[in-house]
Amino acid sequence: MTTQPTHPDTHTQRQLVIIGNGMVGHHAAMSFLEACGEPTGWAIHIIGEETYSAYDRVHLSEYFQGKTHADLALGTLEQYNQLGIHTHLGVAARQIDRDGKTVVLADDTRLPYDALILATGSYPFVPPIPGHDLPSCLVYRTLDDLDAIRNAASDGSVGVVIGGGLLGLEAANALKSLGLDTHVIEFAPQLMPVQLDADAGTLLRDKIQALGVQVHVNTATQSITTDEQGRTVLTFADGEPLVTDVVVFSAGIRPQDALARDAGLTMGERGGVAINNQCQTSDPAIYAVGEVALWNNAIFGLVAPGYRMAETAAAHLAGGDAAFTGADMSTKLKLLGVDVGAIGDAHARSAGAVTYRYSNERSGVYRKLVTSADGSRLLGAILVGDNSLYDTLLQYYLNDITLPKEPDSLILPSSEGVPQLGVDALPDTATLCSCLNVTKGDVVSAIDAGCCSLGEVKTETRASSGCGGCAAMLKQVVDATLEARGVEVDHSLCEHFSYTRQELFHLVQVGQIKTFDALIREHGKGLGCDICKPTVASILASCWNEGVLEPAHVKLQDTNDTFLANMQKDGTYSVVPRIAGGEITADKLIVIGEVAKEYDLYTKITGGQRVDLFGAQLHQLPEIWKRLIDAGFETGQAYGKSVRTVKSCVGSTWCRYGQQDSVGMAILLENRYKGLRAPHKLKFAVSGCTRECAEAQSKDIGVIATEHGWNLYVCGNGGMKPRHADLFATDLDDVTLIKTIDRLLMFYIKTADRLQRTARWMENLEGGLDYLKDVILNDSLQMNAELEQQMARIVDSYQCEWKAVLDDPEKLKRFRTFVNSNSADSNVVFVKEREQIRPAREEEKARLIATA
Amino acid sequence: MTANAQSHTQIHPSGTSPWVQVCSVDDLVPGSGVAALVLGQQIALFFLPGDGQLTQLQRVYALANQDPASGANVMARGLLGDINGERVVAAPLYKHHFSLETGRCLEDDTWQVPVWPARIVDGQVEIEWV
Ligand code: SRM
Ligand SMILES: Cc1cc2nc3c(=O)[nH]c(=O)nc-3n(C[C@H](O)[C@H](O)[C@H](O)COP(=O)(O)OP(=O)(O)OC[C@H]3O[C@@H](n4cnc5c(N)ncnc54)[C@H](O)[C@@H]3O)c2cc1C
Ligand code: SF4
Ligand code: FES
Repeated sequence: MTTQPTHPDTHTQRQLVIIGNGMVGHHAAMSFLEACGEPTGWAIHIIGEETYSAYDRVHLSEYFQGKTHADLALGTLEQYNQLGIHTHLGVAARQIDRDGKTVVLADDTRLPYDALILATGSYPFVPPIPGHDLPSCLVYRTLDDLDAIRNAASDGSVGVVIGGGLLGLEAANALKSLGLDTHVIEFAPQLMPVQLDADAGTLLRDKIQALGVQVHVNTATQSITTDEQGRTVLTFADGEPLVTDVVVFSAGIRPQDALARDAGLTMGERGGVAINNQCQTSDPAIYAVGEVALWNNAIFGLVAPGYRMAETAAAHLAGGDAAFTGADMSTKLKLLGVDVGAIGDAHARSAGAVTYRYSNERSGVYRKLVTSADGSRLLGAILVGDNSLYDTLLQYYLNDITLPKEPDSLILPSSEGVPQLGVDALPDTATLCSCLNVTKGDVVSAIDAGCCSLGEVKTETRASSGCGGCAAMLKQVVDATLEARGVEVDHSLCEHFSYTRQELFHLVQVGQIKTFDALIREHGKGLGCDICKPTVASILASCWNEGVLEPAHVKLQDTNDTFLANMQKDGTYSVVPRIAGGEITADKLIVIGEVAKEYDLYTKITGGQRVDLFGAQLHQLPEIWKRLIDAGFETGQAYGKSVRTVKSCVGSTWCRYGQQDSVGMAILLENRYKGLRAPHKLKFAVSGCTRECAEAQSKDIGVIATEHGWNLYVCGNGGMKPRHADLFATDLDDVTLIKTIDRLLMFYIKTADRLQRTARWMENLEGGLDYLKDVILNDSLQMNAELEQQMARIVDSYQCEWKAVLDDPEKLKRFRTFVNSNSADSNVVFVKEREQIRPAREEEKARLIATA
Repeated sequence: MTANAQSHTQIHPSGTSPWVQVCSVDDLVPGSGVAALVLGQQIALFFLPGDGQLTQLQRVYALANQDPASGANVMARGLLGDINGERVVAAPLYKHHFSLETGRCLEDDTWQVPVWPARIVDGQVEIEWV
């Protein structure tokens, strides 16, 4: 707890006290500083009951994926200090003394105020079911709650969420991610009754059940007790009792308004502190913002409206004028991997409302439009299973844009893909980013003021720095605006080709172009460079697979590809034989050892489950590889932008938890895709069960065995900007798994940018994961047959590049340190460290060469 | 793999000419580089074949093989190309570009690698040793 003494200058400065250091309380402080400019003439105090400084509650669940408070923090103590804000964390405000204009804290500190902002948020409602206060009964709101849940789950196997609303399903996902058998109990006949209609709720339930979470609707919990084993038992009005280890209540939230009630402020009938359009309560010196505030008889349980309230109160307090006039409650979510979107009057309660529905049980997609009586205006919508239409529909709704003549054309599947609402159709007032309240007009002004890229617009407007849901729409608006300004959004690969990689790929394929020289003569200019040459080499290899060291291609390759080895800092090379899936026999290990010993190579186990031999000179590479190839090894392509390794865990063959033969599958995949050239390197892994010892979720292609087959994850990576892979398809059999990977990889190879890994590629695809699923799983572009064929051609024409070199004296010619001498490079000098060689440092080298 | 290693460096038969024979044209790789050892000095030879396709005239360039950025003798293993019309090699480790004509580094003026005039006479590659 950090309580600072009240400061000496209380006489000159006015005092602003903010109770609650949640998302909105934090935003209120920041907005106030911004609204005042420097110096404020105010002293600001923030009181927070949680020990943590304000953090991003919206992304709370990511705490279970390894994020820490520091990752989620919105404001840190240091920042507050720097801004001169006084913090009182880990201590609740106990009382507001309106007559004395003082707030009393739980530790009896008294803080005088001239103005007070209440931002105490809400608390999870726990229904008074007998037993609701057992130690295994928890809630899902704060980091401390999550710690408690993790604790309770640590030696349990079953978890129950009471409440099938939006937060309940999010909590269910968390329990599932902790490895618990998860159940959701909902009192109503369907999930998410607030946002969804019955059909949508049913579809959502089916989808969630298919993911292994058991959903019990129409189920009222009667009591919670403890059995002899100390486990928790739920009893229902009817049906079997349920034995569990953790119960998470998610039965709605209630405004945390006790302080205000005790202070005699005007309250709503069902709670909440009543506020006017300036966010003032019935006492004009006291404002209320966020989930504790009741505006026009409504509580807004989302962060964006809370932020608007905070800004309004701050502006008003700073002497400006602003008004809160309500907020849109539309939501777009991914719950347990299932897309759900709800816009406006989803239940068609408006007078005369007309409803259109599209439902496809096969692909698990449900879409509903609610329009005005004449069909010209969108009043609401529901989407389940596919959110790709959400952005477009939301813009129709928010901006009151006239709908097409046949509104249902918007939700019917069309052969032309998703009907996009042209960004030109949006008025300047259209909100693009609701989290940060950025309109199309703001984006256009930012560009007028000199921003000339998406990145600059983001920095300037802060758009897309909240939930991120607006990213695709924002990019469209930025690109269109820049293009309208005549700013050429330059997609050229380099000065020799004014095409993108994707366009070049197309030119190569359609024009059946087989060489770089032909391509640059027809479509480029100059000699080429170290950007376009390797890019084209990779495209040619992906299309025709002729072998990177064939005479026409050899001059295009990046150094490592030219010599089929990775150059090290001193000009020597490393040698990495393929060890598919990490599986290796004792005999082969011995060969590696012998070769390393004979050539005195530094030997290291890599991060990719294989062995790397360092310190070979150019002229030694063929001899070394001859030894390895004779012993049955192949090149590991550690040098190429190509498939690296398929990491595996030991799987069902040995491991007591293994569901399938993960090693077998890893070897199969590695052998299938070895040699495949791609825009960037590709890494795979296969785990034998959900414990995930092969770390498949950090790979471009990750496969995890299930009872019934394989779950496929895609587009993850470690490296500079790590990203967890997304679940792409579940319970695939071997053949479908491989087909799906074939298509996905080939689609990536065709469409990605140079040196763009799958993660960035997917993030940049318009429509992202959903679009990708549509293309690969539903064949929406009708190109799957072609993709599979192209992959088959590459798989069939695989050859070990090192073997091809050893068989061809012409190619071997290049592997000489000097063309006119048998000498080695005298500048390559090693010293011993931990019984192996390493490159000598400059001073060591000078000494060694001098004494030689 | 050392097929041509016998063709040791020779002073031109005239005895007085500064042109030094290095290797045969067959030792060069069209559109790319190889390294040679000339009087104890490591030299990178780059070959544009003049096949009438991308380059009209046959040209050989000779630069020092040492890359100033890394100190390693690797220049011959860089990629060839042109930047704003200037023919360059991209050094393989850290990708600085060096002019094939002058040895000047495009990214850093203070780096200048030695260059030698080079030519092909009767199928032999020669550099002028000055
Ligand atoms: C040898 C090894 C480190 C080790 O001692 O374990 C290694 C070594 C190199 N890595 Fe790596 N990486 C190695 C595993 C990894 C891993 C871990 C893994 O694969 O499980 C990662 C993070 C996972 C990932 O990629 O998603 C990794 C992320 C990188 C990156 C960053 C990629 C990114 O997307 O941000 C680079 C740079 C790049 O590729 O542009 C890189 C590049 C390199 C290069 C090729 C740098 C270079 O151009 O000289 C290193 C030389 C390799 C060589 O053999 O001479 N290495 N590198 C590992 C070889 C694995 C193998 O058997 O093939
Ligand atoms: C798991 C989860 C997922 C969510 N997902 C989304 C989403 O996707 N989109 C969205 O818009 N919203 C989402 N929300 C809701 C969003 O987090 C809230 O709308 C937002 O946090 C409200 O901010 P607030 O500041 O009003 O309340 P809070 O963030 O709850 O902050 C209130 C703070 O005040 C403190 N406090 C209370 N009483 C006192 C007192 N007497 N003295 C001192 N301090 C006190 C509390 O400890 C708390 O820290 C989600 C919420 C959760 C829990
Ligand atoms: S982490 Fe960096 S230094 Fe280490 S091997 Fe990878 S690229 Fe090289
Ligand atoms: S809408 Fe959430 S970040 Fe833009």
